[in-house]
Amino acid sequence: MTDRGETIAAPAVRGTNIKVVYRGRAVVDVPSIGIGSGETYALLGSSGAGKSTLLRVLGLLERPTSGHVLLDGAQVGVGDLSARRRIAAVFQKPYLLRGTVAENVAYGLTLRRIGLAETSSRVSSVLERVGLGGWGDRNALTLSGGEAQRVALARALVLEPSFLLLDEPLSYMDPLLKRSLSLRFAQILASEHVTSLYVTHDQDEAATVADRIGVMREGRIIAEGDPEAVLGLPVDAWAAAFVGMEPALEGTVVSNTDGLAGISVPGAVLYATSDFPEGTRVLLAVRPEDVTLYEAGVDLPAGSARNRLQAVIAESRPSGTSVHVVVDHCGMRIAAAVTRASAKELALAPGEPIVAVFKATAVQVRRRD
Amino acid sequence: MLRVKPSTERIKVHVYGQAILDGFKLILQGSGEIWPVIGLSLAVSGAATLIASAIGLPIGYFLGISRFAVRGTLILLVNTAMGFPPVVIGLFVYMALSRTGPLGQLGLLFTPQAMVIAQVILAAPIVAGVATAAIASVPRDLRLQVRALGASRLQESLAVFKEGRRGVMAAVIAGFGSVISEVGAVSIVGGNIQGSTRVMTTAIVFYVGRGEFGLAMAWGMVLLGIALLATAALTLVQQRGSMYDR
Repeated sequence: MTDRGETIAAPAVRGTNIKVVYRGRAVVDVPSIGIGSGETYALLGSSGAGKSTLLRVLGLLERPTSGHVLLDGAQVGVGDLSARRRIAAVFQKPYLLRGTVAENVAYGLTLRRIGLAETSSRVSSVLERVGLGGWGDRNALTLSGGEAQRVALARALVLEPSFLLLDEPLSYMDPLLKRSLSLRFAQILASEHVTSLYVTHDQDEAATVADRIGVMREGRIIAEGDPEAVLGLPVDAWAAAFVGMEPALEGTVVSNTDGLAGISVPGAVLYATSDFPEGTRVLLAVRPEDVTLYEAGVDLPAGSARNRLQAVIAESRPSGTSVHVVVDHCGMRIAAAVTRASAKELALAPGEPIVAVFKATAVQVRRRD
Repeated sequence: MLRVKPSTERIKVHVYGQAILDGFKLILQGSGEIWPVIGLSLAVSGAATLIASAIGLPIGYFLGISRFAVRGTLILLVNTAMGFPPVVIGLFVYMALSRTGPLGQLGLLFTPQAMVIAQVILAAPIVAGVATAAIASVPRDLRLQVRALGASRLQESLAVFKEGRRGVMAAVIAGFGSVISEVGAVSIVGGNIQGSTRVMTTAIVFYVGRGEFGLAMAWGMVLLGIALLATAALTLVQQRGSMYDR
């Protein structure tokens, strides 16, 4: 597997000028997308963004209106059965056959007319690898949702694909199962060294499994990069709202000492770990969960958090198990995620003064064009 | 008046009861024309259903899975064709096969082959129409899953047919049911020639014409019984478990 964020020199899978038009509307319009060998690339976006359509095109399951797909440098198409047989997929619904787990896992091998002995050995091996060793004789229809989805993953991996597609494989799972299975999937994908495209609308799931993330909106990839950069520094207001943040702040580097950059923003200087030299105009942002709020006037604990902003509460609303708070400092808005207990203790109310504290290492910085 | 009504009722009951008994006698004695007529009925309608399925199922598959501009129009045409009156089909086939017709030189008029042709035209739209609905009800994601596991087009279509088996068999049953019970087309193109083109439905019409209602009813019972057995066999195949369950 590649290191996170590593630039892909020679992608194992590449799509160029991919356009899919349904009833006169372009649902996918992607000039270029590349996935490196052994890399897990997550396509993240809301429903209807075109993620699954792009997955089907790159997986040779659907013909694009225009554009090309290259697998290991060779142009391939929907009608190319040998190329299609180098690709396997796991979808939302596992669609298990009546029969045993082993029979289900062997399905693709049967389609390829692989011999019984080899099939048996490959099925046993892959079941071990997905943590279902010894489950071969179980009735597939008695499995739980999570187990069934692992069987579906095994059914794809047993084909030893050059390219693995995962289209929202965990979207039907409850949050607890989703968390544990996304970790499990990440481990399996890492150990299998298989080039993978993982479609999800869940940023946590994407961050868990992916080496790189592409954010899709209205058929286009609007941001691409390693998970920290993509999820930590949204490219626009829509992307910020999608990942639960405020839009990136604009600033200028005013100092840089040993990689600790002082960045001038309206009414303050924020510190971030960055190599940008003085005078560089940058965009910066910090994830809500990296921001801690304190009552105004209290003694702040000594620590490594360099950024301490006197602000007022702009808004506060429940968000799942936490409370999403937006603070305002001289028109500069930063979001913070606080626990419900903390929110109650702080008696958060719009207009109340507050201190927002975050570390320099939590600030994501990118050069502003 | 009051005394006549119960008497009429008794006569009606007697006619139906006698017809059933006559039907059993016909079969058990195996006398006369019974087995050749049953055999020809099954052969003609069976062959017509097979050919109609060979034509209708691929059409149903294509219309069921495809998405293109005039698909709705084509489905409308097929659905309209499902209601073709057998007599009209019989008339068209008769004209085509008659000596002066475009296919007259084949010499098929008043043969079982002509009856098969007419019944194929009747059954094919029914098979295609019902199969279209059955195939369209198979989840698209299932097709994608099978394709994504490396299925060829043929393997994919077989998987779809297996999954939609209940509806597909309903299409075949509907096709068979429509032709085994129709009389208009086969009587026109077959001519109801004893020992040659007489089938169960034309036999019923023949005996009604002669005023032999008991025998006609008996044939009706035989026809119902045979249709029941044939469709029961098809239903047995239909009701076997589907391929995918979750």
